[in-house]
Amino acid sequence: MSKDDQILEEFASKEYEHGWNVDIEADSAPPGLNEDIVRFISAKKEEPEWLLEWRLKAYRNWRKMVEPEWANIHYPKPKFEDIIYYSAPKQKKKIESLDDVDPELLKTFERLGISLTEQKRLTGVAVDAVMDSVSVGTTFKKQLAEQGIIFCSFSEAVKEHPELVKKYIGSVVPSNDNFYAALNSAVFSDGSFCYIPKGVRCPVELSTYFRINAANTGQFERTLIVAEEDSYVSYLEGCTAPQRDENQLHAAVVEIYAAKSAEVKYSTVQNWFPGDKNGKGGIYNFVTKRGICAGDYAKISWTQVETGSAVTWKYPSCILKGDHSQGEFYSVAVTNNYQQADTGTKMIHLGKNTKSRIVSKGVSGGKSQNSYRGLVEIHPRAENSRNFSQCDSLLMGDQCGAHTFPYIEVKNKSSQVEHEATTSKIGEDQIFYCTQRGIDEESAVALIVNGYCKEVLNKLPMEFAVEAQKLLALTLEGSVG
Amino acid sequence: MLSIKNLHASIEGKEILKGINLEVKPGEVHAIMGPNGSGKSTLASVLAGREDYEVDKGEITFKGKDLLDLGADERAKEGVFLAFQYPIEIPGVTTTNFMKTALNKIREHRGLEPLDAVSFLTLMKEKMKLVEIDQSLLSRSLNEGFSGGEKKRNEIFQMAMLEPELSILDETDSGLDIDALRIVSNGVNKLKTPDNATIVVTHYQRLLDYIVPDYVHVLFEGKIVKTGGKELAKELEAKGYDWIKEEAGVAS
Repeated sequence: MSKDDQILEEFASKEYEHGWNVDIEADSAPPGLNEDIVRFISAKKEEPEWLLEWRLKAYRNWRKMVEPEWANIHYPKPKFEDIIYYSAPKQKKKIESLDDVDPELLKTFERLGISLTEQKRLTGVAVDAVMDSVSVGTTFKKQLAEQGIIFCSFSEAVKEHPELVKKYIGSVVPSNDNFYAALNSAVFSDGSFCYIPKGVRCPVELSTYFRINAANTGQFERTLIVAEEDSYVSYLEGCTAPQRDENQLHAAVVEIYAAKSAEVKYSTVQNWFPGDKNGKGGIYNFVTKRGICAGDYAKISWTQVETGSAVTWKYPSCILKGDHSQGEFYSVAVTNNYQQADTGTKMIHLGKNTKSRIVSKGVSGGKSQNSYRGLVEIHPRAENSRNFSQCDSLLMGDQCGAHTFPYIEVKNKSSQVEHEATTSKIGEDQIFYCTQRGIDEESAVALIVNGYCKEVLNKLPMEFAVEAQKLLALTLEGSVG
Repeated sequence: MLSIKNLHASIEGKEILKGINLEVKPGEVHAIMGPNGSGKSTLASVLAGREDYEVDKGEITFKGKDLLDLGADERAKEGVFLAFQYPIEIPGVTTTNFMKTALNKIREHRGLEPLDAVSFLTLMKEKMKLVEIDQSLLSRSLNEGFSGGEKKRNEIFQMAMLEPELSILDETDSGLDIDALRIVSNGVNKLKTPDNATIVVTHYQRLLDYIVPDYVHVLFEGKIVKTGGKELAKELEAKGYDWIKEEAGVAS
């Protein structure tokens, strides 16, 4: 251990001496982070000792880490000492009717084609018993349980299935993986847990939407998906409806474990508040997502549509450990106004005959900056592996930026890597062609962008895809002069 | 229906149209001919509302409305259609989807309900026959990888779908072999009614063997220097444009 590390280590463990001084009865912890806060969170959640230790270890690692600065994003650093790391889950204020909801929000709902019931659910208006999503959720959960599928909140999983959580937590994203992952590991509030037993094909798309208690997605969310041998699951995260949130920093972790011949499809539509037209406010979305194809013939596929957040830092990745395993990454990242996104993937080929495919579509408008950053790494043992990458950027106007940072490392001679990249502008002649047929300019842009993103949108489950198309149109409003 | 008076237009400060006068009535077919660079395509673009062009002087009224007041999409909704000389590719958007979007925008403008999927497909089938276009072409990305003939046929198919009152065909014959020319022209002729009008912009006379004009206008250096019947086209074919240039030179 170097001297610097020693000092840090001492500093990190020092606060422990002060002992327990946070009131366990309190509804929320005081701002800032130290070991006591971590203990407080763990105690509040009545966690077993091993998990507390795991969190503490993550915390101590975090203290030694520095915030990454290599990404092509610029923002004032969050003040970690001002964040409140735990507050009791708040019951959303019940509103009597939609008349009390912000009309702007309702307008957006309408344009996204979200049903009235759904609108009520999202805004927290009390819905009648029959239509209540909770009851829908319950039926749904029973159906899953019959097949041995576990789908619950992370806290619930810690209580009900500690052996599974203990076995897999941190197995894909170690608690010291990176700055934000370490922070998340120390203070994660809640999240989702999903377990598909051997040989089971999950009959429905698992969506956080249906999970009870999902209404309050936390600032430090943690998701763990475990697919046993020969199983299949399609998992949907997020929601196309706009999500208002008071927490500025979001640091989530998603881990996927796929055993032999298992297949996991993970789809995200991310629509956090992107800040206003002048770049004020908005969410910082710093997410670590990674899956491991642990067994032979396993397959993990990430599909993401990113339209929200002021700053996005996110690289859903696949570790292709099993022979013949496959990883896929399909992404649409749209930035407008002052949004910044640095997103892409890592495909780590360890096993023989592994395959990966990357299709990234960046769309930038306004004064935004949109970067694709990806790594394809083929290890010496990963013979006969293949990768195909396609990174396209579409620019709207002349004040935005699109950047591509592909990293390729191939360490054997039998593997093949292909990379294609294009940058194009929405042509005035394309827009004129549309307007000459009676399509107004905004609709023309939406049509062209949707066409451009089609390959990725097609990978989304049907209902999601339809909403995602409308979402793209909404995000790009006013993006061309 | 269409009345152009003393139209002057320029692009990037260069004057291209220098005082065009033209009257088009319902049921008429007008051919605009002229040598390269005379301003034919500029005229077509200005009528359709392309923003690159500046109208410096003059007026255009269409069905009594000031056309210059309207954006390109509003002109289309009013019934102006331009068949492009070089149709544009839009990757990932099928012709079917494109037409459905366009048609429903136009219907919306006219206070009509959007067409449901079944009625739309029925309409499409009917129009496909008219221009002898194949379904498989319409399911592909718009104009992407289309041959020259396929692109032009696709333009006429779109014209058939949108049923415009004023169609402007900009060099539709360029790049067509004789069979494609026949098919495209047949399509245009079948779409002719007493209520709509067509402006055919062309460099060559051969298109006018198929689409027979009521009037032929010769454009030279941004002005219409000669107007005649369909026989004028024949004369041009035989004698070329030089005598027109000379006449115009003498006149000015």
